[in-house]
Amino acid sequence: MALIGRALLILGLGVCAYGIGASVYGGRSGRREYVDSGRRAVYALALLMTAAFAILESAFLRSDFSYNVVAGHSSTTTPTFYKAAAAWSSQEGSLLLWVWLLSLWSSLILFLTRKRVRELAPYATAVLLGFGAFFTSLTVFFANPFATTASPPGEGAGLDPLLLHPSMMIHPPMLYSGYTLLTMPFAFAVAALVTGRLGADWIAVTRRFALAGWLFLGIGILLGARWSYTELGWGGYWGWDAVENAALMPWLALTAFIHSIMIQEKRGMLKIWNASLILTSGTLAILGTFLVRSGVLDSIHAFGASTLGIPFVILIAAMVFGSVGLVVWRREHLRSEAHLDSLLSREAVFLFQNLVLVSMVFVIFWVTFFPLISEAVTGTKVSVGPPAFRPFIVPLALVLVLLSGIGPIIAWRRVTAANLRRNFTVPAAVALATLVALLVFSSSASRPFALVMFVLGAFVLASVAQELWRGTAARRATTGELPPVALGRLMRRNRRRYGGYVVHAGLAVLLIGVAASSSFAHSSDVYLKPGQTATIGAYQFHYVRPTAAVSPQKLSFGAVLDVSQHGHHVTTLTTSRGFYPAQDVTLGVLGRFFDGQADSNVGLRAGLTKDLWAVANPDLSPLQPLIDQGDKIFGAAVISTMNQMVAKHVPRSEADAILAPLWQKRDQAIAGIAARYISHPWAINFRLIVSPLVTWLWLGALIMAVGGLIALWPVPAPARRRARVAQRSDRSERSERSERVGSGAPVPAGSASLAVREQV
Amino acid sequence: MDPSRKRLIRLTVALTAALLLASALIYTSFAAGRDELTASQLLQRARPGQSYILAGTVVNGSVKWQGQVLTFRVRDPKLHVSALVHYSGIVPDPFRQGRAVLVTVSPQGSSFIGQQDSLTTKCPSKYQAASASE
Repeated sequence: MALIGRALLILGLGVCAYGIGASVYGGRSGRREYVDSGRRAVYALALLMTAAFAILESAFLRSDFSYNVVAGHSSTTTPTFYKAAAAWSSQEGSLLLWVWLLSLWSSLILFLTRKRVRELAPYATAVLLGFGAFFTSLTVFFANPFATTASPPGEGAGLDPLLLHPSMMIHPPMLYSGYTLLTMPFAFAVAALVTGRLGADWIAVTRRFALAGWLFLGIGILLGARWSYTELGWGGYWGWDAVENAALMPWLALTAFIHSIMIQEKRGMLKIWNASLILTSGTLAILGTFLVRSGVLDSIHAFGASTLGIPFVILIAAMVFGSVGLVVWRREHLRSEAHLDSLLSREAVFLFQNLVLVSMVFVIFWVTFFPLISEAVTGTKVSVGPPAFRPFIVPLALVLVLLSGIGPIIAWRRVTAANLRRNFTVPAAVALATLVALLVFSSSASRPFALVMFVLGAFVLASVAQELWRGTAARRATTGELPPVALGRLMRRNRRRYGGYVVHAGLAVLLIGVAASSSFAHSSDVYLKPGQTATIGAYQFHYVRPTAAVSPQKLSFGAVLDVSQHGHHVTTLTTSRGFYPAQDVTLGVLGRFFDGQADSNVGLRAGLTKDLWAVANPDLSPLQPLIDQGDKIFGAAVISTMNQMVAKHVPRSEADAILAPLWQKRDQAIAGIAARYISHPWAINFRLIVSPLVTWLWLGALIMAVGGLIALWPVPAPARRRARVAQRSDRSERSERSERVGSGAPVPAGSASLAVREQV
Repeated sequence: MDPSRKRLIRLTVALTAALLLASALIYTSFAAGRDELTASQLLQRARPGQSYILAGTVVNGSVKWQGQVLTFRVRDPKLHVSALVHYSGIVPDPFRQGRAVLVTVSPQGSSFIGQQDSLTTKCPSKYQAASASE
């Protein structure tokens, strides 16, 4: 099967090469049959990669250790759920996942657009197949997932214990889906630039894919943060790690793109900006993939040093220079059809919001790559941690939240005093009331940035609530529907607009959670014996008793903590640290079971107002004398038994049976040593955290995801027809306006039709 | 005001803001950035009262707990030189002997005191578990 898998990859590479040639020839010559053939090459690639991925997954599920990648990343004791996910824990498998997802999304977009944007499709197909060819060639020449060994090991190395988390099944595929979906608008933008057809067509056909990429990437980032908070034992959810940043940068750029394309669709403005933004987003997606794989920057996520760096650098350089070249070449076609009427307008707010998001991307990019930049300039590698991000990201985030509150309620084109009074009075009053309440009833004033974030968050929530209320009330006035029905139908008929508002509300909730948890958390590392208590914030953490568990997979040592407040029991937290056996036999027959990879099982009580978080970091050195003694005894016994087996010429097939009683005694000895952790407990290290509003972060992210789904969901057919009519009318109005500008005729200051076309 | 003049003013303001942001960012990065030192560089340059970022690999067999303090040696990747570190507090899960680490340290006598929460470990590409054929 491995041979078939490799053959499929090589065939896939050939299909990519053929498809690129056919598409470009078809596009240039205008011969539809070649264009169609190029598109069908994408479908063929999807089929080939599906089959290849199925073969790899099957090898993992069967624990076929003749595959190097299976032997290195799975074992017979790995639970089936994680065996399935182990495929993408390896460099080779994750590259195959990348190209598989790319081929599926490419097939979907080309199928949906097979009768539309016919001029763009061949070049977009060529670009998508170009990505396909790049990633397929990586799996063929650099990281072959189907490499096999003639003498497979009896057991595999297993999955890294830190990856034994349910998120492993969803987090990487979500991120890869986000990255691969991003290449769809990238490809169509390149096609639009190549053909010079730079209207809103390429945006119309790729908008939903851009939105899906934004959603998947966002969910991937969120799951990573959640994984970090509940699994990694450091108490945080975001560490400004290079690989985290690699996913955040394209997400921010895509957020800017999703907003600014509305301006192009409505007013024919920001064409050069939109093209540049999506080309940047696509390049950042590849950059993110490169960061994980090359090991060029220190990260806890990276696959380690590899030979993939140079091919990725070549691809990224080609994307950057190609993008710049195309934009410069087509600059005349990218001129705006209209100009900004006023800085006090929704267009201007979108533009400011774009500038803030791009500034964030720039800051994150610079600080993430600063160690490399510094090394290139000064010859010395320099470390810059989270403190280097905060002075820039925090103020930019505050401005972003403010703009996300203003955006939904400010008028298009030019704001008037009446618009200001009508739309801003309630949100401003809510923000002011929040400010007063926080100053009077809380200690928020001690953290000015957090205070401002709470106030701005309240402003955003009020502005979104006001819009939903007004829309619902207007609908009820005409239809007489019940409020929930009216709200549901309102959102259903204008999903893009109201989905976006829900996303804004979610962002406000999320950032309130971030501000509160990063400004008002109480955290302390303490050293406690059973019976001792530590006070963290307003809570007492009492170390009740130690716990120990022995299983074939790992040894766990932990603690039970009783948490109380003012003498009243609040909750009981159970935390432990698992030790997975090391393969290094020099650590001793028993020693290697206590000295392997560790993972933390966090004790967490999550609540709407605060989280109580605990992790134990037990020191096993008091067990060391017993472990050393056991190593001596069992080491001698193993050598003696082995010598006897050699002397008696015992066949290899019988060795396991002869050694089994010895391993049974070893396991009993390990259980006995582990029991001593309970019978003779000693003081151990704990990290204890009381953190407010962390749940708001997850809740906000969930609201954002729901909003994204609402915006992404297909519009019902009648609404779509109305939207097309409105779009056509909008275009003709723009064209008429351009003609009037050209002829010097007076131009109307506003357009009533624009106000009702946000659903387009 | 003439629209083209207005646009020019806006562009100037935007470019000035971008330039200021970029300058502040570059200045902050160089000011906040700290050199990553290898064990041999650290042993040569360390001055009492100063803190440094030590980068290297945890020496096999050097990891020991002494009560609540973890001691380990960090090796220079190119030379046979290592620095002894005493670290208090929670240790990251991926920390093990043989792993690449970064830790902020201050000299104390012939060894170094690790700053709490400063220990970071690079995750290995794969985990090597016990072999059942043992």
